[in-house]
Amino acid sequence: MTPATNGHDPKIVSLFCNWCTYIAADSEGVSRKQYPASTRVVRLMCSGRVDPQFVLDAFAKGADGVLIGGCHPGDCHYSEGNYKNLRRYSLLKRVLTEFGIDPRRLRLEWISASEGEKLAKVIREMTEELRALGPLNLPEKIARPEAVAMEA
Amino acid sequence: MAEKPKVAFYWCASCGGCEESVVDLAEDILTVVSLVDIAFWPVAIDMKRKDVEAMADRSLTVSFINGSVRTSEQREMVELLRRKSAFVIAYGACSQYGGIPSLANLHSKEEIFDWVYHASPTVVNPAGTVPLERFDDGHGHTLKLPTFYETVRALDQVIDVDFYLPGCPPTPKLLKEAVLALLSGKLPPKGTVLAPDVALCDECPRRATKPEKLAIARFYRPHEIVPDPEKCFLAQGLPCMGIGTRKGCEALCIHGNMPCTGCFGPTSRTRDHGAKILSALASEVDATDEKKIEEILAGIPDPVGTFYRYGIASSMLRRKIVEGNGGVSA
Amino acid sequence: MKEGETPRIGVYVCHCGLNIAGVLSVKSLAEYAGRLPNVVVSRDYKYMCSDPGQELIRQDIREHGLNRVVVAACSPFLHEETFRRVCASAGVNPYFYQMVNIREHAAWVHSHEKEKATRKAEDLIRAGVARAAKLEPVVRQRVPIHPAVLVVGGGIAGIQAALTLADAGKKVYLVEREPTIGGHMAQFDKTFPTLDCAACILTPKMTAVGNHPNITLWTYSDVVKVDGSVGHFTVTVRRRPRYVHEDLCIGCLLCIESCIYPDARVASEFDLGLGKRKPVYIPFPQAVPMKVVFDPETCIAVKTGKCTRPCVDVCGVEGAIDFEQKEEFPQIEVGTIILATGFKTFDPHRLPFYGYGRYPAVYTSLEVERLLNASGPTGGEVVLRNGKKPEAVGIVHCIGSRDENTNRYCSRVCCMYAMKIAHLIRERTGAEVYNFYIDIRAPGKGFEEFYDRVQEEGVHFIRGKVGDVTPETPDGKGRVVVSADDTLLGRARKIPLDMLVLAVGLEAQADANEVRRLFNITCSEEGFFVERHPKLAPVNTFTDGVFLAGCCQSPKDIPDSVAQAGAAAAEALALIDRGEMELSPNFAYVSAEECSGCKTCVPLCPYSAITLEPEHGKAVINQALCKGCGVCVAACPSGSIGQHLFEDAQIFDEIEALIQGVAANGEGAR
Repeated sequence: MTPATNGHDPKIVSLFCNWCTYIAADSEGVSRKQYPASTRVVRLMCSGRVDPQFVLDAFAKGADGVLIGGCHPGDCHYSEGNYKNLRRYSLLKRVLTEFGIDPRRLRLEWISASEGEKLAKVIREMTEELRALGPLNLPEKIARPEAVAMEA
Repeated sequence: MAEKPKVAFYWCASCGGCEESVVDLAEDILTVVSLVDIAFWPVAIDMKRKDVEAMADRSLTVSFINGSVRTSEQREMVELLRRKSAFVIAYGACSQYGGIPSLANLHSKEEIFDWVYHASPTVVNPAGTVPLERFDDGHGHTLKLPTFYETVRALDQVIDVDFYLPGCPPTPKLLKEAVLALLSGKLPPKGTVLAPDVALCDECPRRATKPEKLAIARFYRPHEIVPDPEKCFLAQGLPCMGIGTRKGCEALCIHGNMPCTGCFGPTSRTRDHGAKILSALASEVDATDEKKIEEILAGIPDPVGTFYRYGIASSMLRRKIVEGNGGVSA
Repeated sequence: MKEGETPRIGVYVCHCGLNIAGVLSVKSLAEYAGRLPNVVVSRDYKYMCSDPGQELIRQDIREHGLNRVVVAACSPFLHEETFRRVCASAGVNPYFYQMVNIREHAAWVHSHEKEKATRKAEDLIRAGVARAAKLEPVVRQRVPIHPAVLVVGGGIAGIQAALTLADAGKKVYLVEREPTIGGHMAQFDKTFPTLDCAACILTPKMTAVGNHPNITLWTYSDVVKVDGSVGHFTVTVRRRPRYVHEDLCIGCLLCIESCIYPDARVASEFDLGLGKRKPVYIPFPQAVPMKVVFDPETCIAVKTGKCTRPCVDVCGVEGAIDFEQKEEFPQIEVGTIILATGFKTFDPHRLPFYGYGRYPAVYTSLEVERLLNASGPTGGEVVLRNGKKPEAVGIVHCIGSRDENTNRYCSRVCCMYAMKIAHLIRERTGAEVYNFYIDIRAPGKGFEEFYDRVQEEGVHFIRGKVGDVTPETPDGKGRVVVSADDTLLGRARKIPLDMLVLAVGLEAQADANEVRRLFNITCSEEGFFVERHPKLAPVNTFTDGVFLAGCCQSPKDIPDSVAQAGAAAAEALALIDRGEMELSPNFAYVSAEECSGCKTCVPLCPYSAITLEPEHGKAVINQALCKGCGVCVAACPSGSIGQHLFEDAQIFDEIEALIQGVAANGEGAR
């Protein structure tokens, strides 16, 4: 068994901006570079469209990690949507921590359209990191103590 | 004369404020009492659980239930009332969203018991007594206490709820409107929150004083400044939840020169009250540099307590978890 | 189809030949899709984008009453529009279409894990189906296209684009940073491989630009601000003062002759310092516009005011010379923009061991172009800095190209221009010319033939990297000795040379990043502007209405630049002649009865598209200005702003389906 198939396969929801990171993912495909099949991309027009609710919902529905990809600072297709995302991200990380979720499970990366290799590297890294952290299993963790207690 | 509709009031994990708010109807309470029979109200009338059990199913027109669900007793009582009632109204923030008691979801049951019965400096408990669910006195008597759940829940996470009356507590005006609507049979669709579906700014007397460009350079906590009584709190750097919280309270806190803390909960378009307000306020931070952003946001030392004061139980994450062990407590 | 109708979804899994089918089990994916909620038909097909593939969808729309279509194939950047048109042609609102990218995001990147790739594709398809069920019809707004075009950069690409558009009757603003148009091509003597005289073919075009009634030419100017979007850009141009009113100067050049400095003593930018000019000058004799420039750094009248100003006395036009002239910032309205901002040559100071800047015998290829040019500093004579004619000349290829330490890419033109220079030097001086090359790249019309020709002419070709360049004399002022391994002969060579020419590569302009931001487009890592698609949209950018031409996109030769300029002009023309353009469908909108007027959104909009209506103080979004980023949607604290095609409900359902799919794998659809 290769390490990739050994044990838990993390689930990463990727919220990518249309103009930089989504294109980077496309170009990584065009050049047939391989990276782990852990991510599922949700295409948004801008990282500024990332509503913190999307991140929380992804975790609550069972994601092990959430990766937000946007244009580099100063390079936003919409001028500065990425900064607005950065501000929310900064506060959201603290909220996650208070809810007991390891903040490494949420990652924000600036990946330009030409940085397909960086994207693949980030996905590899994050997949490994999440694998080490183990499954988050939030739906079960939220439901289970109650199920136990409510039946008591 | 036809029989008057029967009404029940019940409280779960709550402070009692909601019960007070019924009395706050003042002389209107007489109108209400003249129109309905109060069939069950433990705070005011001496009735027992068995009296409710004896009622026919759905014989109560409506039960107003306040407080969140924290114990097995509360759960049994709300399930019982659900069976006996045609309508159940979640009354107040705790019942609707978990309320202040659901801040306890940031801790495990063990942590709470440890603090309350041992660690808190005001506790004197040399014997180390803690409540037990079952106690045998050795003389054939067994004492039972309800189970204390790990997690605080909103009412609709336990039973089916027909309508919601928001607020901490709901205002007498909203209660009166709700009762009259029920009596007249002019009911909105099931699941409706009986307050306007627009955020508080709409009825805030200070709205005009909010600048178009907020550009928050610093957050203050209420004790750090004396707020200008005319000016938008956000314009003064005080986090105000009114931007993302339902109106209908008539801006009571604002009139008391305190920012909105969010007790009316989110609008129907929002799935996570705290996350949405967090998104709005963070977006307006006046910095582009990561360090500077963090510095400004450090002015909100307790983001969960700020954005989720009344809503942890009904938030997307619902409670604090512990990573790694598959459970919630260490 | 009406809103609220139950979704009837058709799912189509494309094989894309073997691109997808070679990795993913397309049959099982189609079967899987067939078990998803609301899916009425699901099929797999070899090429969905082909005519029969498209017809398959139309047929199913007719026969099964589909009101939503999901195609699982390639990136939406390729065929989203294709399938939207298919839907529209069969009477389904084109925005009831959902693209699922299983090629770039699954088949191609997980070809080593076919099973996992197929599982992932299932998730993506399920998310697409979930999203499709929540789609709502969109009616696109249209904006008129302002018929004027801005062309930035007056090199051969910009000139060609401007002339094509102007000849088609369109108003063109051509903005050039230098005092004259012409760009690099104006510096060359001959052009490869035909050896036509650069000036002979360029100057008529430059003159045509200068005289064209439809072209407003602003040289010595640059763009400082761009507002608006396709159809209605508002552009602010900075016009630097040349201390001469262009409308008055007749180009008699008497002012230059009469300048208080009798001799030209300022290094000429156009001649790369090999020639001299006066403080008042024209860059070269064929400059367009033929208007002098007073250099504020060296003209003492401008700098200190302490000059007797013989130039003013001699000028025959009252007020033509004006030392009080100030910068101006005219604003223009254009509908489309063509960027032709060109390149810079690699600076060989970055590779010190070639001795450039230390040994006078070492030149860049562009400097040699000037030496060869009849209107250059030596009148076309190949004369060294020491006044002698060279007898042995070396040309080193790939300086700043194909090198991990500088630029990895091939600059595409150097082999050919190096051979042109070799030919011209040999022709004019009879010198022995040695080319030091890695590979000769001559893949163009007449290129290989030209390579044969210069070889026949006796030009030497040494395949090997230059290892060392040392001066023959200790003062470094004489010949240089070049050491190279001749990998064909398999021995080291040491060749003394009178002149060493560095065939420098082409790089992005130093300010490419600023320009890119100004026009809201993207750059590659090397700084070249990124085209929308490398093959199918080579002159478009990701910003509608902004097109690329010439070397700002990537190194290319003159014929390619001209061809690309023509293509960019055609793209602009197509927009202008259509007269209007559909706005992006994904604009945001405020629900007035839900908005509380909290103003959160207003300052967040980068396009000032959000205002408060005066009566109730509620936010209103101007659709023509909204570009659909969704920042306001995410920030609206009461959830009262929606965004077409990116509604909260659509995204939530997509997220849920993506993850819950992973958990439900193997158990089929729920």
